[in-house]
Amino acid sequence: MFDDRYTLAYKLYPYEKSADQDLDTPVRHPVVVVGGGPIGVATALDLGQQGIPVLVLDDHEGVGMGSRAICFSKRCLEVADRYGCGTPMVEKGVTWNLGKVFHRDHKVFEFNLLPEDGHKYPAFINLQQPYFESFMIERLRALQAEGAPIQLRGKNRVDAIEVKDDHVVLTVMTPDGPYTVEADWLVAADGANSPLRDKLGLGFTGKVFKDSFLIADIRMKGDVDFPTERWFWFEPSHGEGASMLLHRQPDNVWRVDFQIGWDVDRKEEMKEENIRRRLDAFLKGVEYDMVWSSIYTFQCKRMESFRHGRVFFAGDAAHQVSPFGARGANSGIQDVDNLGWKLGLVISGKAPEALLDSYSAEREHGADENILNSTRSTDFITPKSETSKIFRDAVLALSDKHDFARPFVNSGRLSVPCYYDGLPLNGADDLPGGPARARPGAPCPDVPLGDGFLIERLGARKGAAFQILAVDAEVPETFSAHGLDLEVVKVSAADAPLLRERYLGEARSAVYLIRPDQHVAARWETWDDRAVAQALGRATGHDIGKEQ
Amino acid sequence: MGQLNTTRNVARADDVYQMLIDAHEGKTKDESDAFNARLILTLINHIGDEAVIAEALSVAEG
Repeated sequence: MFDDRYTLAYKLYPYEKSADQDLDTPVRHPVVVVGGGPIGVATALDLGQQGIPVLVLDDHEGVGMGSRAICFSKRCLEVADRYGCGTPMVEKGVTWNLGKVFHRDHKVFEFNLLPEDGHKYPAFINLQQPYFESFMIERLRALQAEGAPIQLRGKNRVDAIEVKDDHVVLTVMTPDGPYTVEADWLVAADGANSPLRDKLGLGFTGKVFKDSFLIADIRMKGDVDFPTERWFWFEPSHGEGASMLLHRQPDNVWRVDFQIGWDVDRKEEMKEENIRRRLDAFLKGVEYDMVWSSIYTFQCKRMESFRHGRVFFAGDAAHQVSPFGARGANSGIQDVDNLGWKLGLVISGKAPEALLDSYSAEREHGADENILNSTRSTDFITPKSETSKIFRDAVLALSDKHDFARPFVNSGRLSVPCYYDGLPLNGADDLPGGPARARPGAPCPDVPLGDGFLIERLGARKGAAFQILAVDAEVPETFSAHGLDLEVVKVSAADAPLLRERYLGEARSAVYLIRPDQHVAARWETWDDRAVAQALGRATGHDIGKEQ
Repeated sequence: MGQLNTTRNVARADDVYQMLIDAHEGKTKDESDAFNARLILTLINHIGDEAVIAEALSVAEG
């Protein structure tokens, strides 16, 4: 009845019979999350920290084997920081900022992903997915111990779903048989093959790419002199495959990714001797152990809408991209970051239900951006036609000598945070001369503040609180509107000079309205009660569906 | 005159590259070659300056 679909790295939440299973009347939960992967668990952390009861159902009992996602972005880590688990990830992870691009056997150029200082988190860390997930589950256990209303049930598989106008009914299979559970709101974070998406008959459209990639994680023996950088080869002459990626992970493990073509015999390619043949051609004499390997193909697809009444789709269930650019897990975490506070406000009656439509609008925008970038990278890495390949090779040939051609080289446009430009929650941009990077819709840029960082003081850490960030501006000590009490954070460019460049620009003072997900809602040069109240109304969905 | 601009001059390189590749979508190799020839001649006319064109030819020579 319960065949595991994959092997577990760590069994972290073994099946236990819950009280819900013996009741005649199904229990109604405010939020049920389906899927105990990184996106589902992050949702539980977000809601649990807000004190919103959340139940996570997973058909396995822990974290799956295999490194899978390895690159976690600065924005993803900032979100994890808010959930209380960013620091251990960085401590365990391998920090990197530098990438190098090679064509055949020579270096074309290199790039630095974080060319400026003054951020708590690096551009990227590499960390095997099981570690990433384990840190989140550890945090979940700590929150539970503090009394956060989170439940995580292993070997609880959703076999049927019925969506009503104001709730959802789930039939859940367990080793003790089925039971029924109800949810006011459901978050489907059940992965790229989302069984819930299929059960609801919802489409998933886009492009399938005709190429396969072989991943091998290897542990080097003895001393190796590969630095902590992302190395990408087009047509490597020392190895096999049309492209190749080499990336370091913790525990002296390296990810090697070969592009091996569409018509391959998977079984044959997965044999250790064949994987070793490819690796040996490149590593020449280096001793290593095989840790994990897999062959994958990919698609760039998304659902038309991420909200279906009482059901939200998040992460790979809602959208899938190619792995070039590290836009999978990183965008899934941004989905959670976006949905968590909105659900929290609506459930506690502090915002209209219409606010939840903005989850779709903002995250579909994010998914489109990721799909566009990842499709372009894929087209450059695996050109579809002879002419396309001629251009690709011409770009690489010119880039060797000429800097002007390098911006065209695309070995993956790595995940950057999403700016919700032009979307309905954004309010006034009334800060003449204000820096574009902190415009309404932007994620707050980090700034060092004395012995800490601004990012540690922004965003909701307990409740779904909006904040006022005052930079050298006169503001009231407290402010309330639309039933929300805002927290006021006062800072000065005299103490933290980078505030000038990142928040003031040409202006002398600035007042920012900050959303619980650390995105800017609106900004002004000086305090204005009415303007702030109006922007807060807008940012909490009071204007959605009304004539502007 | 002369002085070919070989500094970065395209603000959104990915957008422009995609325009170029999309323009070839659905064309046979022969059609693409002919298209490229027309494109080069059109751009040559835009540049006008013989010395600049000569410099560009030498960049392309590698």
